Amino acid sequence: MIRHLLSGADLDAATATRILDTAAEMATVAGREVKKLPALRGRTVVNLFYEDSTRTRISFEAAAKRLSADVINFSAKGSSVAKGESLKDTALTLQAMGADAVVVRHPASGAANRLAEWVDGSVVNAGDGTHEHPTQALLDAYTMRSRLGRLAGLSVAVVGDVLHSRVARSNVLLLSTLGAKVTLVGPPTLIPVDWATRAATANTAGQAPDISVCYDLDAVLPTSDVVMMLRVQRERMSDSYFPSAREYARRYGLDGQRMRRLPEHAIVMHPGPMNRGMEITPEVADSARSTIVEQVTNGVSVRMAVLYLLLGGNNA
Amino acid sequence: MSSYLIKGVSVLGAAPTDLLIRDGVVAETGADLAADGATVLDAAGLVALPGLVDLHTHLREPGREDAETVESGSRAAALGGYTAVCAMANTSPVADTAGVVEQVWRLGREAGLVDVQPIGAVTVGLAGERLAELGAMADSAARVRIFSDDGHCVADPRLMRRALEYVKAFDGIIAQHAEEPRLTEGAQMHEGAVSTRLGLTGWPAVAEEAIIARDVLLAEHVGSRLHVCHVSTAGSVEVLRQAKARGVRVTAEVTPHHLLLTDVRAETYDPVYKVNPPLRTDDDVTALRAALADGVIDIVATDHAPHAVEDKECEWAYARPGMLGLETALSITLEVLGPRWDLIAERMSRTPARIAGLESHGLDPAPGVPANLTLVDPAAQRRIEPGELASLSRNTPYAGMTLPGRVVATFLRGEPTVLDGKAVK
Repeated sequence: MIRHLLSGADLDAATATRILDTAAEMATVAGREVKKLPALRGRTVVNLFYEDSTRTRISFEAAAKRLSADVINFSAKGSSVAKGESLKDTALTLQAMGADAVVVRHPASGAANRLAEWVDGSVVNAGDGTHEHPTQALLDAYTMRSRLGRLAGLSVAVVGDVLHSRVARSNVLLLSTLGAKVTLVGPPTLIPVDWATRAATANTAGQAPDISVCYDLDAVLPTSDVVMMLRVQRERMSDSYFPSAREYARRYGLDGQRMRRLPEHAIVMHPGPMNRGMEITPEVADSARSTIVEQVTNGVSVRMAVLYLLLGGNNA
Repeated sequence: MSSYLIKGVSVLGAAPTDLLIRDGVVAETGADLAADGATVLDAAGLVALPGLVDLHTHLREPGREDAETVESGSRAAALGGYTAVCAMANTSPVADTAGVVEQVWRLGREAGLVDVQPIGAVTVGLAGERLAELGAMADSAARVRIFSDDGHCVADPRLMRRALEYVKAFDGIIAQHAEEPRLTEGAQMHEGAVSTRLGLTGWPAVAEEAIIARDVLLAEHVGSRLHVCHVSTAGSVEVLRQAKARGVRVTAEVTPHHLLLTDVRAETYDPVYKVNPPLRTDDDVTALRAALADGVIDIVATDHAPHAVEDKECEWAYARPGMLGLETALSITLEVLGPRWDLIAERMSRTPARIAGLESHGLDPAPGVPANLTLVDPAAQRRIEPGELASLSRNTPYAGMTLPGRVVATFLRGEPTVLDGKAVK
């Protein structure tokens, strides 16, 4: 098993599948009256959050607690970090306290990679800047597999602000590894230039994952098994990525009419938190195709699996 | 003054000869010269070059004496084979007045290891809003001729035009840090495949090329001299090639790191590889090397940028950009150009001395010439250990790499600053 989970690229198909299978077992725990396993008793998991993220932090906390680990929540606000402590010094402190795993959320890309150099325990990247969020990709893959029965051969449209999305980066890597076909959809300003160029030049011997790019959402809907809507930050508007929220919603928002262009079996995903009325309408978000609430539930199972496998719980 | 007889040295790769240094000049050259009381140095196998001249050095004093001082940076320079360095203006306070440039100049004289030629800021506080008192700096004891807001681009086209014109009165030159600031807001590394993967905001090549294109047109329009700092892209090379073909008075520099390293180094997120302009791609490196060889790029300049440990041992986005360069530049140029000593002297000594107007530097060792020279062992291989560098900082991107060539001795006006590969003070 790998020691850290920093990027979707850390996972080969076998490892990723093993995590998803383990998550399925973990999910059965959630159905019990006593939702707890003794697997990580005596182990310490630190949630080190430099950004506010209620849902991810609670998800990891619930996952660790269901495995009986001791959980320490360390948020940057009101802590030594607010007093100017460096990431390295914080890492050495956690190290000295004997953290077996550090789950880190940080606004700077690569912060989890840096942290992994400074602590002996496992580091789980819970979102670093505009880089990656690999457990989100795993829970998305888990959700697709449980709804649609497979991942290989699925057509997945990832729609919105791909440029700034760590969710998109991790999903592109993991879904390609697991054999799904990813199409990135959004205004050209929000698709990385390099990916757009590569897709346009028909995948020329690059190491970039096999992806395609389309600027027309309506064109990809009829052939998509999964539509993953990304959150669009309103502040992108003032940065001229697109002219207005209304124009964005008209061209790239998923409303009821567009949803009906999807194949019967297709699902709609969103990593949350949603901007209802911007990238997704309430009609879609609350429809039977929407997996948004399931994604949250699955997040706990997947994070249980990740912590369990990284901390060698399978050998205990 | 002491005198030295350098025995059996190859001047710029020519057949071995002796060099007698006395009273600050090369007194005599030829075979089997008599020592005549001079200290004898056996220089068999060594190559003599005119002392190197760096047009782009950050000495950090005043303001960040924890990262580098004029003295420590001068020592690093001498160990790197330099006899003159041009100190960039982005100190704290900024070198935008006669007082600050004279302070840096005086500190350089006191250190006495290389000639420290201050560069003055183009605009007050590097803010890009109004011209600093360029004439006062030119008339000061520091005799400033190069002006640069390095670290910042003089982005306002009207201000750039005025600066180019104004310094003609004292044969000054504007050294531009070419970076269109609106295209590089928040930029962390070269925009391309690697930045996409790493999720680091891209610094597109066009942000450099657009400014160079504009500036060569401005320089052409007003008939002024322009120098382009740290050229980093293949596209910039093409812009310069065309401008030079038209006769525009433009010169350009490339750094050792842009000749050797590429953006894939960022994959570790270790900010020792964070630099501005950023490391580019293999194609850019190839174009820069060719341009340095064919003269579209005139010189190698280090952009020696020392930083304290805490400014590099952190998240990539929070780290300061810049790398050490003085003690490794000659080795990297030797690696890139091969033992073409005349070309190395041209790119690292004669041309930078000419651009900076340093008349006693950049002169090949010959009778009557000021004895500013360096002796290099071209056969030596050197493993770079950050802890062994003379700089106060440790941010070398070459740690653990083995590079060719080693500076054995450096002479400044006939006095050794380096002997046996060690600084004399």
